[in-house]
Amino acid sequence: MNSQRTAVLKATHINKYFTEPVRFQVLKDISFEVQKGEFLSIIGKSGCGKSTLLYILSTMDTSYEGTLEVNGQPLTGRSQDQLAAFRNEHLGFVFQFHFLLPEFSVLQNVMLPGLKLGKFPAREVEERAYQKLRLVDMHEHALKPSSKLSGGQQQRVAIARALINEPTIIMGDEPTGNLDKANSEMVFDIFREISRTNGQTIITVTHDPDFAAGGDRIMEMSDGKIISHGYEAKI
Amino acid sequence: MNLKIAYNIAQTHLLTKKKQTMVAMLGVTFGIAMFIVMISFMQGVNQFLEDSALDASPHVRIYKQITSDRPSIIQTINPDGFNVVHHQKPKQELARIKNGLVIARHIEQQPEVLGVSPQVSTQVFFNVGSVPVPGTLAGVDVQREEKLYRLSKRMKSGTIEDLQSNSNGVILGRLLARKLNLKVGDKVNVTSSTGGTALLRVVGVFSFGIQTVDDARGYVNQAKVQELIQKDANYITDLHIKMKDPMQAIPFGQQLARQYDYKVEDWATANQAILAGEKIRGVMTFVVSFTLLVVAGFGIYNIMNMNVMNKIKDIAILKATGFGGKDVIAIFMIQSIIIGFLGAVLGVMIGFSLSYLLSITPFNAGDFLAIDTFPVKFDLKYYVMGVLFGVITTLLAGYFPSKRAAKIDPVEILRG
Ligand SMILES: Nc1ncnc2c1ncn2[C@@H]1O[C@H](COP(=O)(O)OP(=O)(O)OP(=O)(O)O)[C@@H](O)[C@H]1O
Ligand SMILES: [Mg+2]
Repeated sequence: MNSQRTAVLKATHINKYFTEPVRFQVLKDISFEVQKGEFLSIIGKSGCGKSTLLYILSTMDTSYEGTLEVNGQPLTGRSQDQLAAFRNEHLGFVFQFHFLLPEFSVLQNVMLPGLKLGKFPAREVEERAYQKLRLVDMHEHALKPSSKLSGGQQQRVAIARALINEPTIIMGDEPTGNLDKANSEMVFDIFREISRTNGQTIITVTHDPDFAAGGDRIMEMSDGKIISHGYEAKI
Repeated sequence: MNLKIAYNIAQTHLLTKKKQTMVAMLGVTFGIAMFIVMISFMQGVNQFLEDSALDASPHVRIYKQITSDRPSIIQTINPDGFNVVHHQKPKQELARIKNGLVIARHIEQQPEVLGVSPQVSTQVFFNVGSVPVPGTLAGVDVQREEKLYRLSKRMKSGTIEDLQSNSNGVILGRLLARKLNLKVGDKVNVTSSTGGTALLRVVGVFSFGIQTVDDARGYVNQAKVQELIQKDANYITDLHIKMKDPMQAIPFGQQLARQYDYKVEDWATANQAILAGEKIRGVMTFVVSFTLLVVAGFGIYNIMNMNVMNKIKDIAILKATGFGGKDVIAIFMIQSIIIGFLGAVLGVMIGFSLSYLLSITPFNAGDFLAIDTFPVKFDLKYYVMGVLFGVITTLLAGYFPSKRAAKIDPVEILRG
C-alpha cells in the first residue's frame, strides 16, 4: 500500500558489547530496515537493549560492530564531527526526559539546531520555530524560560526542536514515558501527523501498547535480539 | 556563522552565572592590576636611580690609573725564569693626563659628544676648628661643567657666576656644607694631601640629590686647585665626557681606550651596582607578576572546570542536536576570553589608578635621594603586556576545560 518503498535506514549485523562491569553482548546480530514515512515502534522488556540500539541508530554511539546506513549514506566509521553535522541535518531526537537547555527560552531551544545548520537566516529560523511550536501548541509560551514549563510542555517543545530542520528521521526514546494519557495522545497525534503528511520517518521506543499499536509497524526485541519485525502481524 | 551561535550560548551561560563570572574576572583583574603597579613602580625606581646616577656622573671618564699591577723589571728581562717579587710598590708618577686640554678639545669636536669638562681633582681636608673633614675638590671650568651637569639648576644658594668671579670661591655640596656648618659668605681652610693650604670663601651650595656627591664634593676654579697642589696650568687629572645619547658611551669609550693610553670608564661600568640592582628588581617583578597571573589562571581554570561540570547535560544536548566538538570548544573558550578580556580591561584601569595614586604619595627618602613622591614610570608597554598576559593566561586556563567539554560523550549523559 505504501507507494514509495525506499529504505531510509538500514542496519546490518549490528553487535554491541559492554565491557563494564563484565563483558557481555547487549545487541546480537541486529539487522532491519525502515522505510520512508514509516512510523515504527520498538518494544520489548526492560533491559533488552532498546535504548542502546536507538543510540546507535542516532549516530551518537559509535562503538559497535556492523554497519549503519541512513538516507543511503554509510555512517559507520565517520568522525564525531561529521556525525554531529549529519545528525543536525537529518535526525531529530526526542528523549525520555525532555532535555531542554534550562537557561534559554523555549524559542531559543527550538531555534538552536536551526541556527547551527545555517541553511536559513536567523529571521527565517525564528519563523520556522514559531511554526513548529504552533504545531505542538506551545507558541504562546515561546518566550518563557524553558525551565518554567511542566513536563508535558517541555516534551512538546523537545518535539518542536526535533522538527526544526525537517529531518528525515525523528527518533524518540520513550517520548511519552513521563506523560499522562492526554499528553501522550497529543504527542502521538503529532507523530502520526508528520509521518503521514510530511513523509518523515518515526522510530520510537515505547512501553505504551496503545502508542505502539497506532503506528505502522511494531518491532519486538528480547535479550538483544529482534524476535519480531512486525511485518507478519500487519498482514 | 557558527561562532555567532557559540557566542550567544557563551553569553547566556555567563549571564546566568553572574557571581561566578565576576569571581573569575576579579581574579584576572587583581593579577593584572598588581602586575602593572609592580612593574611601573619597579621600573620607576630603576629609571630614577639611573637618571640620578647619569645626571651626576659623566657618561665617559678618562683618568690616569696609578696601579702596582705592572710587571716587575726582572719579569720583563727574564720572562721564563722563576721570579719572586714581594710587595711591589707603585711607580712614582703623576696622575696627570698629558695634553689634557688638547685631548679635551679634540674629543669635543666629535659629533656624538655633548661636552667635555677637564678637571683637576684632589683629596683635601676641610679644617673646621681642630677637626679635619675629608672631601674632594674638583677644579673645573665652570662654563663647561655647567654644560655637562646643569650645575646652575642644582644650586641651593649662591650662583655659579659667583664662582667665576671669585678666584678663591668654592661651591660646596649641601651635606658637606651642613657638616662643616658653613653658609654662603663663610670662609674655610683646606689642606691638600701634598701639604698645600688655601683659604676658600663659600660662594654657593649645590645638591645633586646623591649622598656620596653632596657629602664630599666642592667645586673650585681650576687654577685654584692647580695652585693648591703646586702644579702648572696644563695639569689635568680627569676628562668628563657627556654624550648626546648615553647608550653611545660604551662604544665611544672603547674607541677612546684604543686611542689614548689612559683608563677610560663608561657610566655602565661605573654604575654596575645600579644596573645589577635593576636586573634583580626586574627578575623580582616578573617572578611576582607571573605568580599572580598563574594564581589568577588557576582561578579561571577551576571556575571553567566547574562550569563545564555544571553544563554537562547542556553539552550532551547540544551534541545530540548536532553541535560538534569545535562548537563546544568555541562556546567555552569564548567564555574564557570574555572573562579574560573584561578582567584585563578592569585590571588595567585599576592598575593605572593605583600607579597614579602611588606616584602622588609623598615619600621622604631623607638625605639619601632627592625625591618627593614614589617614582613611578608610566609606559603604555606595561599595560599592553598586562592585557596580553591576562588574555594568554585565560586562554590557557580555558583551553583544557573546553577540551574536556568537547570530549564529553552525550550517550553517557542522556542515558540518565
Ligand atoms: N553504560 C552501560 N554499561 C554497561 N551496561 C549497560 C550500560 N547501559 C546499559 N547497560 C545494560 O545494557 C542492557 C540494555 O540496556 P538498555 O538501556 O538498552 O535497555 P532498554 O531496553 O532501553 O531498557 P528500558 O526499557 O528499561 O529502558 C541492560 O542490561 C543494561 O543494564
Ligand atoms: Mg531504555
